[in-house]
Amino acid sequence: MKCKRCRAKAEVQVRHHNAAFCRPCFILVFQRQVQRSIEKHRMFTAQEEILVAVSGGKDSLALWDALIELGYRTTGLHLALGIGEYSHVSTTKTVDFAHRRHLRLITVDLEAQGLAVPTLARFTKRPACATCGTTKRHEFDRMAFENGFKVLATGHNLDDEAARLLGNVLHWQVHYLAKQSPVLESTHERLARKVKPLYRVTEYETAVYAFFRGIDYVVDECPNSVGATQLMYKDTLNRLEAVMPGTKLTFVRDFLTSGQPAFSAAADGAPQSCDACGMPSFGTLCSYCRLRREVETKQLMWQPPRAASDGR
Amino acid sequence: MLITLLPQRKQIEIGGRRRVADLLRHLGLLPGTVMVIRGDALVTDDEVIENDDTIEIRNVISGGS
Repeated sequence: MKCKRCRAKAEVQVRHHNAAFCRPCFILVFQRQVQRSIEKHRMFTAQEEILVAVSGGKDSLALWDALIELGYRTTGLHLALGIGEYSHVSTTKTVDFAHRRHLRLITVDLEAQGLAVPTLARFTKRPACATCGTTKRHEFDRMAFENGFKVLATGHNLDDEAARLLGNVLHWQVHYLAKQSPVLESTHERLARKVKPLYRVTEYETAVYAFFRGIDYVVDECPNSVGATQLMYKDTLNRLEAVMPGTKLTFVRDFLTSGQPAFSAAADGAPQSCDACGMPSFGTLCSYCRLRREVETKQLMWQPPRAASDGR
Repeated sequence: MLITLLPQRKQIEIGGRRRVADLLRHLGLLPGTVMVIRGDALVTDDEVIENDDTIEIRNVISGGS
């Protein structure tokens, strides 16, 4: 198999583009794709400072690497979620990545605040992924605001977007369909613009890019993701993709051009401000402050089990 | 050939030489969901893995909620 650009021996196939590339050409093509997405959707300019949410996984580190290589000004934001060894490894790899490249990284340690994801899930009896999602959204928004960033970039890739779209369509989540986009403009004085520069590259492509660039990312899966619905949607889409290459790209791309405008009327209005933290909210309290208060109340009421030798 | 599957950290041994595409089919893995790594390079579907090769098959699919 030969590289489509230079005819050298290919090292990677990109089925949905019916192409194969050698390592240097793939890196170039990947970065150009990211650049095209940024420009096409006017995500940000070279003059803006971008806050990049980095988990330690392949997608967010590949995004951070590509943005640096493309010449953008970036700062990383990492949340130490407190999910045991998985989180420790994730934080170590993120810190190492930033350190080796002399990049600025902001780390928020949720475990040190007593708000680790397992704690939130245990006291609220909600799924860990739900409490994790609420925490991430809030902390990303809060840290962007408190540090003066107007743009927040995440590593969501084509597979993430296609799986999310499939889930939203299967359940006709019109409010979510109305705002599923590579760019979410700010609707509140404390909200940064949210952008997804990797939305047109597959999970496979980001993994290959990370591998070619020598990025040491977390290969292990989050222990809470076992049986996650999103993985079932991804598997379904990958089965379709195997027999019809390009299905995921067409699904997402054509939704954005033809489908999404039809749902725009269902979009929520502008949020109010949370009475407790001042961040955007559609109620008196934002979902994170409600979650946090529930945990704090239950922690106060919680009594440790008596020791067996208590004798009373 | 000796195969290490990640992230499971599972090792399996398969006899003979096989094309990557056939090997993935044999293991029930979909194309585009794993990277096949030999040494420090990726191998494409049309390449042949020899009987005495050691390879890594690394899952690329991750997901949360």
